[in-house]
Amino acid sequence: MTAVLQVEDLKTHFFTRAGVVPAVDGVSFSVNRGEVMGLVGESGSGKTVTGFSIMGMVDKPGRIVGGRILYQGRDLANMSEREWQAIRGRHIAMIFQDPMMTLNPVLKISTQMIEAVQAHVHISKEAARERCLATLARVGIPSPAERMDAYPHQFSGGMRQRVAIAIALLHDPEVIVADEPTTALDVTIQAQILAEVQKLAETSGTALIWVTHDLSVVSSLADNIAVMYAGRIVEQGRAATVLRHPAHPYTYGLIESIPSRNKRGGDLAQIPGMTPPLLDLPQGCAFRPRCPRATDACRAEQLPREMPTGQHARCIHPMQPAAEVAQ
Amino acid sequence: MSDALIEIENLSKLFREEHDMAARMAARMGVGHEPATVHAVDNVSFSIAPGEVVGLVGESGSGKSTIGRMIAGLLPATEGRILFQGADITTRNRAETKAAALQIQMIFQDPMSSLNPRMRVREIIAEAPVYHGIIKQSQAREFVADMLERVGLEPSAGDRYPHQFSGGQRQRIVIARALAVSPQFLICDESVAALDVSIQAQVLNLFMRLRRELGLAYLFISHDLGVVEHISDRVVILYLGRVVEIAPTEALYADARHPYTQALLAEVPRLSFEKRRFEPIKGEIPSPMNPPPGCHFHTRCPFAGPRCSREVPPLRHTGPRAVACHLEDGGVE
Repeated sequence: MTAVLQVEDLKTHFFTRAGVVPAVDGVSFSVNRGEVMGLVGESGSGKTVTGFSIMGMVDKPGRIVGGRILYQGRDLANMSEREWQAIRGRHIAMIFQDPMMTLNPVLKISTQMIEAVQAHVHISKEAARERCLATLARVGIPSPAERMDAYPHQFSGGMRQRVAIAIALLHDPEVIVADEPTTALDVTIQAQILAEVQKLAETSGTALIWVTHDLSVVSSLADNIAVMYAGRIVEQGRAATVLRHPAHPYTYGLIESIPSRNKRGGDLAQIPGMTPPLLDLPQGCAFRPRCPRATDACRAEQLPREMPTGQHARCIHPMQPAAEVAQ
Repeated sequence: MSDALIEIENLSKLFREEHDMAARMAARMGVGHEPATVHAVDNVSFSIAPGEVVGLVGESGSGKSTIGRMIAGLLPATEGRILFQGADITTRNRAETKAAALQIQMIFQDPMSSLNPRMRVREIIAEAPVYHGIIKQSQAREFVADMLERVGLEPSAGDRYPHQFSGGQRQRIVIARALAVSPQFLICDESVAALDVSIQAQVLNLFMRLRRELGLAYLFISHDLGVVEHISDRVVILYLGRVVEIAPTEALYADARHPYTQALLAEVPRLSFEKRRFEPIKGEIPSPMNPPPGCHFHTRCPFAGPRCSREVPPLRHTGPRAVACHLEDGGVE
């Protein structure tokens, strides 16, 4: 399979008064048609900035300072805003955690959606409206013809997120970047959205980059997983492999600290300490101060290495082959 | 149970829309509309034993936070009673009620909005115990150091301000402040929801340790069924203001009786090693302003029958479990 989108050694830094913050520092991955890629990390790991970089939406004082984002042979990292406008929303679209980031509260849903269609294709308003109706029906909005002329506040949170997803789908983009799109939703609504998204990747071949902190959600959704820590991918590979045989001690710690996995009432496995400030990263492996397996050798720069089970991890003391996560 | 720490009896809360002047005048002239009311909590009863952890689970609009706030005395109850060690604490003006209120402390989701940003951590933690005469001002420094140590922070943290801490550390400060008045009962309202997974594990472990060391009882309010399963002895499931099921944690997760609980448990994202197909329950949570008649869940329930839209199923107790469903009581026809 050929990759729809390929990110190579992406570096997005923020130039603040306090110093240069390497929010994304050498991230590489690719996504194939119809595949879901889970980009997992905690706050400050750089997962959202990676998503924004792919969308060409990094604002000052941030800037892509290195690497390439290849889409159909073109490097998105060096494109002008004008060139971007032809791609963003049409070929690569984004779904945010808060649907109100996508929706304008003072415009009817229909106005906003028709505008989004006509921004990229020259068709009549009626034709655009038809297209919007079809897309709204696709994401499971009941009686879209009546609801389409409502304002965003007249929708529930789950329905609003469906509208935001519908807007992302208007042009059948090849890639969708979804940044925690179900985090703010209730469990039953989250499951509905996940079902829609799953169907979508299968039927239309859209490649999904699913940015989240929630390993449980991606575990049942993603084909591949990349785990980010302090601006870098520390482990990536097939989802089943990474989850069953985590190689990096951080991935292992994350999986073991999920409550439902642990014995009820007992102590949860916890990763000691907290994420280091990006302005003052430890030398070598950034996870070193929290890692139970760290040695002096970890002070050296760690490059991704292939593990016996097939995934890549930036670690010289990987958990393998000893670690196996029990289900 | 007479030895319960907390007993909630037929608790209800109605929120009524406040009319502005124009609406009041319209009402006086007979053209106004009835003020919209929300039955946020509808005839809820359950109890919590000393040292017990009860999980209170529900989706948005289920009334779980409202119940927590009423127990903490932050909201008056519309109907019903809340007994703390046998004494009714819904009458807010007696001295013994105030003493009881000190025994009940609440920990919210967002620590930053419950910590005064202009006070040092030392002042934040010592304020309540000094005011209530539990300690003297001269003892404050030592007392605060003890409290900080108890929640896993350095004593030097007392000299700093809340913004100088990370989210997980701030939540520890909030917990230290709650513990400073030696409560017997903590209400945790989504207290770990905003924390990263690795930090969430640290704070949950802290809650469990405090329970062992101090014999605390908890009402653990959360939408996260994984967290609730881990920490609770018993679980109360709410749907649109009503209790649909109460059961010991293990029994509930092994064999849920109410169709809503079953659906909820099926939808919990769990770590799996394979992709799985999501088969969600249909429909949206109805608006609490206008809930469906009969059983509130019947509009989404796969087993619903004609009786479900007619009659409200009562919460029927059998042993340690309780379910409000017609399926458990003669069928849905």
